[in-house]
Amino acid sequence: MRRLPRGSWWALVSVLLTAAMNVGCQGESYRSGVFDPPRQAPDFELEGSHGAPIALSNYRGKVVALAFGFSHCPRICPVTLSRLAEVDKSLGGLAKDLQVVFVTVDPERDTPGRLREFLGFFDADFRGATGESSKLDALQHAYGVVANRVLSEDKKLKYEVHHSTSIYLIDKQGVLRLLVPFGEPAEDIAHDVKRLLDT
Amino acid sequence: MKLGIPRIRWWILALVSSGILCAALVPLQVESRDVLFEIPAGTWAKRRAGVDAEILPSEIRLVLGLSDILVLKNLDEVPQIFGPTLIMPGQSFRLPFNVASEYQFECTAHASGQMKVIVAEGPTTPWSRLRFRAQHFATRVVSL
Repeated sequence: MRRLPRGSWWALVSVLLTAAMNVGCQGESYRSGVFDPPRQAPDFELEGSHGAPIALSNYRGKVVALAFGFSHCPRICPVTLSRLAEVDKSLGGLAKDLQVVFVTVDPERDTPGRLREFLGFFDADFRGATGESSKLDALQHAYGVVANRVLSEDKKLKYEVHHSTSIYLIDKQGVLRLLVPFGEPAEDIAHDVKRLLDT
Repeated sequence: MKLGIPRIRWWILALVSSGILCAALVPLQVESRDVLFEIPAGTWAKRRAGVDAEILPSEIRLVLGLSDILVLKNLDEVPQIFGPTLIMPGQSFRLPFNVASEYQFECTAHASGQMKVIVAEGPTTPWSRLRFRAQHFATRVVSL
Protein backbone atom coordinates (compact mmCIF):
# COMPACT_ATOMS: atom_id res chain seq x y z
CA MET A 1 0.00 0.00 0.00
CA ARG A 2 1.31 3.45 -0.94
CA ARG A 3 2.00 5.69 2.05
CA LEU A 4 0.75 9.29 2.05
CA PRO A 5 3.45 11.98 2.25
CA ARG A 6 3.87 13.53 5.72
CA GLY A 7 2.45 16.93 4.57
CA SER A 8 -0.80 15.27 3.45
CA TRP A 9 -1.50 14.01 6.96
CA TRP A 10 -1.17 17.52 8.38
CA ALA A 11 -3.49 18.84 5.68
CA LEU A 12 -6.06 16.14 6.47
CA VAL A 13 -5.90 16.86 10.21
CA SER A 14 -6.33 20.61 9.68
CA VAL A 15 -9.31 20.06 7.33
CA LEU A 16 -10.97 17.82 9.93
CA LEU A 17 -10.27 20.33 12.72
CA THR A 18 -11.73 23.21 10.68
CA ALA A 19 -14.84 21.12 9.90
CA ALA A 20 -15.25 20.28 13.59
CA MET A 21 -14.94 23.96 14.55
CA ASN A 22 -17.53 24.97 11.95
CA VAL A 23 -19.99 22.40 13.28
CA GLY A 24 -19.58 23.98 16.71
CA CYS A 25 -20.20 27.45 15.34
CA GLN A 26 -23.37 26.49 13.46
CA GLY A 27 -25.01 25.49 16.72
CA GLU A 28 -24.48 28.95 18.23
CA SER A 29 -27.53 31.09 17.60
CA TYR A 30 -28.41 34.76 17.92
CA ARG A 31 -29.51 35.98 21.31
CA SER A 32 -31.94 38.59 19.96
CA GLY A 33 -35.18 38.16 18.04
CA VAL A 34 -34.56 36.85 14.53
CA PHE A 35 -36.59 37.58 11.39
CA ASP A 36 -36.95 34.73 8.94
CA PRO A 37 -36.76 35.44 6.10
CA PRO A 38 -35.18 38.84 6.76
CA ARG A 39 -36.30 41.81 4.66
CA GLN A 40 -34.57 44.94 3.42
CA ALA A 41 -34.66 47.56 6.18
CA PRO A 42 -36.87 50.53 5.18
CA ASP A 43 -34.55 53.33 4.13
CA PHE A 44 -34.96 57.00 5.10
CA GLU A 45 -33.43 60.36 4.52
CA LEU A 46 -33.79 62.79 7.40
CA GLU A 47 -32.03 65.75 9.02
CA GLY A 48 -28.89 64.50 10.73
CA SER A 49 -27.74 65.60 14.15
CA HIS A 50 -24.30 66.51 12.81
CA GLY A 51 -25.19 68.93 10.02
CA ALA A 52 -25.49 66.68 6.97
CA PRO A 53 -28.66 64.79 5.99
CA ILE A 54 -28.70 61.23 7.28
CA ALA A 55 -29.79 58.15 5.33
CA LEU A 56 -29.70 54.51 6.34
CA SER A 57 -28.09 53.65 3.01
CA ASN A 58 -25.10 55.85 4.00
CA TYR A 59 -24.02 53.07 6.33
CA ARG A 60 -23.80 50.10 3.94
CA GLY A 61 -20.78 48.07 5.00
CA LYS A 62 -21.50 48.71 8.69
CA VAL A 63 -23.92 47.08 11.09
CA VAL A 64 -26.52 49.66 12.15
CA ALA A 65 -28.19 49.66 15.56
CA LEU A 66 -31.37 51.65 14.98
CA ALA A 67 -33.33 52.95 17.96
CA PHE A 68 -36.39 55.20 18.20
CA GLY A 69 -36.83 57.60 21.11
CA PHE A 70 -36.59 61.21 22.24
CA SER A 71 -34.07 63.31 24.11
CA HIS A 72 -36.46 64.26 26.95
CA CYS A 73 -37.18 60.59 27.66
CA PRO A 74 -36.79 60.20 31.42
CA ARG A 75 -36.43 56.42 31.73
CA ILE A 76 -36.06 54.30 28.58
CA CYS A 77 -33.79 56.11 26.09
CA PRO A 78 -30.93 56.83 28.53
CA VAL A 79 -30.83 53.10 29.37
CA THR A 80 -30.90 52.05 25.70
CA LEU A 81 -28.17 54.51 24.70
CA SER A 82 -25.96 53.68 27.72
CA ARG A 83 -26.23 50.03 26.80
CA LEU A 84 -25.29 50.74 23.19
CA ALA A 85 -22.32 52.80 24.38
CA GLU A 86 -21.30 49.79 26.48
CA VAL A 87 -21.60 47.56 23.40
CA ASP A 88 -19.49 49.98 21.39
CA LYS A 89 -16.74 49.94 24.03
CA SER A 90 -16.76 46.16 24.33
CA LEU A 91 -16.29 45.78 20.57
CA GLY A 92 -12.85 47.42 20.74
CA GLY A 93 -11.40 47.68 17.23
CA LEU A 94 -14.64 46.45 15.66
CA ALA A 95 -16.58 49.46 17.01
CA LYS A 96 -15.83 51.39 13.80
CA ASP A 97 -18.04 48.85 11.98
CA LEU A 98 -21.08 49.54 14.18
CA GLN A 99 -23.14 52.70 13.71
CA VAL A 100 -25.78 53.71 16.24
CA VAL A 101 -28.62 55.75 14.72
CA PHE A 102 -31.24 57.30 17.01
CA VAL A 103 -34.44 58.47 15.29
CA THR A 104 -36.58 60.88 17.24
CA VAL A 105 -40.28 60.34 17.95
CA ASP A 106 -40.50 63.96 19.19
CA PRO A 107 -39.52 66.22 16.27
CA GLU A 108 -41.08 69.25 17.96
CA ARG A 109 -38.38 69.37 20.62
CA ASP A 110 -35.61 67.30 19.06
CA THR A 111 -33.78 69.65 16.73
CA PRO A 112 -30.52 68.43 15.15
CA GLY A 113 -28.56 70.47 17.71
CA ARG A 114 -30.52 69.11 20.66
CA LEU A 115 -29.99 65.51 19.42
CA ARG A 116 -26.27 66.09 18.94
CA GLU A 117 -25.92 67.39 22.49
CA PHE A 118 -28.02 64.56 23.94
CA LEU A 119 -26.24 61.75 22.05
CA GLY A 120 -22.88 63.27 22.94
CA PHE A 121 -23.50 62.32 26.59
CA PHE A 122 -23.30 58.66 25.53
CA ASP A 123 -20.93 58.51 22.57
CA ALA A 124 -19.69 61.23 20.20
CA ASP A 125 -20.05 58.84 17.23
CA PHE A 126 -23.76 58.18 17.72
CA ARG A 127 -25.91 59.88 15.09
CA GLY A 128 -29.40 61.31 15.48
CA ALA A 129 -32.15 61.82 12.92
CA THR A 130 -35.08 64.21 12.95
CA GLY A 131 -37.36 65.83 10.40
CA GLU A 132 -40.95 66.51 9.43
CA SER A 133 -43.59 64.66 11.42
CA SER A 134 -45.10 63.11 8.30
CA LYS A 135 -41.75 61.58 7.30
CA LEU A 136 -41.11 60.29 10.82
CA ASP A 137 -44.63 58.85 11.08
CA ALA A 138 -44.14 56.96 7.81
CA LEU A 139 -40.83 55.60 9.05
CA GLN A 140 -42.35 54.46 12.35
CA HIS A 141 -45.09 52.72 10.41
CA ALA A 142 -42.56 50.96 8.18
CA TYR A 143 -40.76 49.52 11.21
CA GLY A 144 -43.89 48.87 13.27
CA VAL A 145 -42.86 51.41 15.89
CA VAL A 146 -45.61 52.71 18.15
CA ALA A 147 -45.34 56.23 19.61
CA ASN A 148 -48.06 58.09 21.52
CA ARG A 149 -47.85 61.51 23.11
CA VAL A 150 -49.09 61.62 26.72
CA LEU A 151 -49.18 64.35 29.38
CA SER A 152 -46.19 64.19 31.68
CA GLU A 153 -46.36 64.12 35.47
CA ASP A 154 -43.30 66.33 35.37
CA LYS A 155 -44.61 69.87 34.70
CA LYS A 156 -41.29 70.96 33.20
CA LEU A 157 -41.54 68.30 30.50
CA LYS A 158 -45.21 69.07 29.66
CA TYR A 159 -45.51 65.87 27.66
CA GLU A 160 -43.76 62.55 27.12
CA VAL A 161 -43.90 60.09 24.27
CA HIS A 162 -44.66 56.47 25.06
CA HIS A 163 -42.77 54.59 22.39
CA SER A 164 -41.45 51.23 21.27
CA THR A 165 -38.29 50.35 23.10
CA SER A 166 -36.57 47.75 20.93
CA ILE A 167 -33.35 48.16 18.94
CA TYR A 168 -33.23 47.03 15.31
CA LEU A 169 -29.99 45.46 14.10
CA ILE A 170 -29.41 45.93 10.38
CA ASP A 171 -26.60 44.06 8.66
CA LYS A 172 -23.87 45.39 6.36
CA GLN A 173 -26.11 44.88 3.29
CA GLY A 174 -28.96 46.93 4.78
CA VAL A 175 -31.08 43.91 5.70
CA LEU A 176 -33.16 44.02 8.88
CA ARG A 177 -31.99 40.91 10.66
CA LEU A 178 -32.59 41.18 14.40
CA LEU A 179 -34.67 42.92 17.03
CA VAL A 180 -33.22 43.44 20.50
CA PRO A 181 -35.90 43.78 23.18
CA PHE A 182 -35.42 46.48 25.83
CA GLY A 183 -33.19 45.48 28.71
CA GLU A 184 -31.00 42.92 26.92
CA PRO A 185 -27.48 42.82 28.41
CA ALA A 186 -24.73 44.61 26.48
CA GLU A 187 -22.82 41.35 26.27
CA ASP A 188 -25.65 39.68 24.32
CA ILE A 189 -26.05 42.63 21.96
CA ALA A 190 -22.27 42.67 21.32
CA HIS A 191 -22.38 38.93 20.63
CA ASP A 192 -25.03 39.42 17.94
CA VAL A 193 -23.30 42.46 16.42
CA LYS A 194 -20.08 40.44 16.09
CA ARG A 195 -21.97 37.63 14.38
CA LEU A 196 -23.56 40.11 11.95
CA LEU A 197 -20.13 41.56 11.22
CA ASP A 198 -18.88 38.07 10.37
CA THR A 199 -21.63 37.44 7.80
CA MET B 1 -39.89 -17.89 52.40
CA LYS B 2 -40.56 -15.54 55.31
CA LEU B 3 -37.11 -14.02 54.87
CA GLY B 4 -37.72 -13.36 51.12
CA ILE B 5 -40.54 -10.82 51.45
CA PRO B 6 -38.61 -8.14 53.36
CA ARG B 7 -35.74 -8.54 50.88
CA ILE B 8 -38.16 -7.81 47.97
CA ARG B 9 -39.44 -4.80 49.87
CA TRP B 10 -35.90 -3.52 50.19
CA TRP B 11 -35.34 -3.99 46.49
CA ILE B 12 -38.56 -2.12 45.64
CA LEU B 13 -37.63 0.67 48.04
CA ALA B 14 -34.14 0.94 46.53
CA LEU B 15 -35.59 1.01 43.02
CA VAL B 16 -38.14 3.72 43.86
CA SER B 17 -35.51 5.77 45.73
CA SER B 18 -33.05 5.59 42.86
CA GLY B 19 -35.85 6.60 40.45
CA ILE B 20 -36.68 9.62 42.60
CA LEU B 21 -33.00 10.49 42.90
CA CYS B 22 -32.55 10.30 39.14
CA ALA B 23 -35.66 12.43 38.58
CA ALA B 24 -34.29 15.03 41.00
CA LEU B 25 -30.68 15.10 39.85
CA VAL B 26 -30.70 14.49 36.10
CA PRO B 27 -31.10 17.84 34.27
CA LEU B 28 -34.16 18.21 32.07
CA GLN B 29 -33.63 18.05 28.33
CA VAL B 30 -36.09 18.90 25.59
CA GLU B 31 -35.95 18.32 21.85
CA SER B 32 -36.96 21.89 21.05
CA ARG B 33 -37.43 24.99 23.17
CA ASP B 34 -39.57 26.65 20.48
CA VAL B 35 -43.16 27.57 21.24
CA LEU B 36 -44.85 28.28 17.92
CA PHE B 37 -47.87 30.50 17.36
CA GLU B 38 -49.27 31.17 13.92
CA ILE B 39 -51.37 34.10 12.83
CA PRO B 40 -53.64 32.36 10.29
CA ALA B 41 -54.51 33.66 6.86
CA GLY B 42 -57.62 35.82 6.86
CA THR B 43 -57.21 37.20 10.41
CA TRP B 44 -57.15 40.81 9.24
CA ALA B 45 -60.04 40.30 6.81
CA LYS B 46 -62.17 38.71 9.55
CA ARG B 47 -61.42 41.52 11.96
CA ARG B 48 -62.20 44.08 9.27
CA ALA B 49 -65.56 42.39 8.72
CA GLY B 50 -66.26 42.71 12.44
CA VAL B 51 -65.78 39.01 13.23
CA ASP B 52 -64.11 38.22 16.54
CA ALA B 53 -60.95 36.43 15.45
CA GLU B 54 -58.96 35.78 18.63
CA ILE B 55 -56.30 33.39 17.34
CA LEU B 56 -53.49 33.88 19.82
CA PRO B 57 -53.87 33.51 23.58
CA SER B 58 -53.69 36.89 25.30
CA GLU B 59 -51.28 35.34 27.78
CA ILE B 60 -48.40 33.05 26.80
CA ARG B 61 -46.47 31.15 29.47
CA LEU B 62 -42.88 30.09 28.88
CA VAL B 63 -40.34 28.28 31.07
CA LEU B 64 -36.63 29.14 31.01
CA GLY B 65 -34.45 26.37 29.63
CA LEU B 66 -37.43 24.30 28.47
CA SER B 67 -39.81 26.38 26.40
CA ASP B 68 -38.27 29.84 26.28
CA ILE B 69 -38.19 30.63 22.57
CA LEU B 70 -41.30 32.28 21.21
CA VAL B 71 -41.82 31.77 17.48
CA LEU B 72 -44.49 33.83 15.77
CA LYS B 73 -45.37 33.13 12.17
CA ASN B 74 -47.52 35.47 10.16
CA LEU B 75 -49.56 33.50 7.61
CA ASP B 76 -51.94 36.42 7.10
CA GLU B 77 -51.97 38.58 3.96
CA VAL B 78 -51.05 41.78 5.83
CA PRO B 79 -48.15 42.73 8.14
CA GLN B 80 -48.84 42.24 11.87
CA ILE B 81 -47.28 44.11 14.76
CA PHE B 82 -45.69 42.11 17.51
CA GLY B 83 -43.09 43.01 19.89
CA PRO B 84 -43.32 45.81 18.82
CA THR B 85 -42.12 45.03 15.38
CA LEU B 86 -43.69 44.36 12.07
CA ILE B 87 -43.84 40.76 10.89
CA MET B 88 -44.40 40.67 7.17
CA PRO B 89 -46.75 38.14 5.50
CA GLY B 90 -45.00 34.76 5.37
CA GLN B 91 -42.31 35.92 7.78
CA SER B 92 -41.60 34.47 11.20
CA PHE B 93 -40.03 36.06 14.24
CA ARG B 94 -38.08 33.97 16.74
CA LEU B 95 -37.56 35.61 20.12
CA PRO B 96 -35.55 33.86 22.84
CA PHE B 97 -36.10 34.89 26.47
CA ASN B 98 -33.27 34.77 29.02
CA VAL B 99 -34.82 36.44 32.04
CA ALA B 100 -37.84 35.27 34.03
CA SER B 101 -40.30 38.15 34.02
CA GLU B 102 -43.59 39.43 32.64
CA TYR B 103 -43.43 41.04 29.21
CA GLN B 104 -46.23 43.17 27.81
CA PHE B 105 -46.28 43.52 24.04
CA GLU B 106 -48.42 45.37 21.56
CA CYS B 107 -49.92 42.91 19.10
CA THR B 108 -52.32 43.68 16.28
CA ALA B 109 -53.28 40.01 16.03
CA HIS B 110 -55.24 40.51 19.27
CA ALA B 111 -58.52 42.33 19.47
CA SER B 112 -57.22 44.04 22.63
CA GLY B 113 -54.00 45.01 20.85
CA GLN B 114 -51.97 43.58 23.75
CA MET B 115 -50.24 40.32 24.51
CA LYS B 116 -48.59 39.25 27.74
CA VAL B 117 -45.69 36.79 27.86
CA ILE B 118 -44.93 35.33 31.29
CA VAL B 119 -41.52 33.70 31.53
CA ALA B 120 -41.05 31.52 34.60
CA GLU B 121 -37.81 30.20 36.08
CA GLY B 122 -36.95 26.73 34.86
CA PRO B 123 -36.62 23.78 37.21
CA THR B 124 -32.96 24.02 38.19
CA THR B 125 -32.97 22.67 41.76
CA PRO B 126 -33.45 18.93 42.52
CA TRP B 127 -36.77 19.58 44.23
CA SER B 128 -38.13 21.73 41.37
CA ARG B 129 -36.99 19.12 38.81
CA LEU B 130 -38.76 16.39 40.76
CA ARG B 131 -41.94 18.46 41.05
CA PHE B 132 -41.81 19.34 37.34
CA ARG B 133 -41.36 15.70 36.29
CA ALA B 134 -44.14 14.57 38.63
CA GLN B 135 -46.52 17.19 37.20
CA HIS B 136 -45.52 16.23 33.66
CA PHE B 137 -46.07 12.55 34.43
CA ALA B 138 -49.46 13.24 36.02
CA THR B 139 -50.54 15.30 32.98
CA ARG B 140 -49.58 12.44 30.67
CA VAL B 141 -51.43 9.87 32.75
CA VAL B 142 -54.56 12.05 32.81
CA SER B 143 -54.41 12.55 29.04
CA LEU B 144 -54.30 8.78 28.41
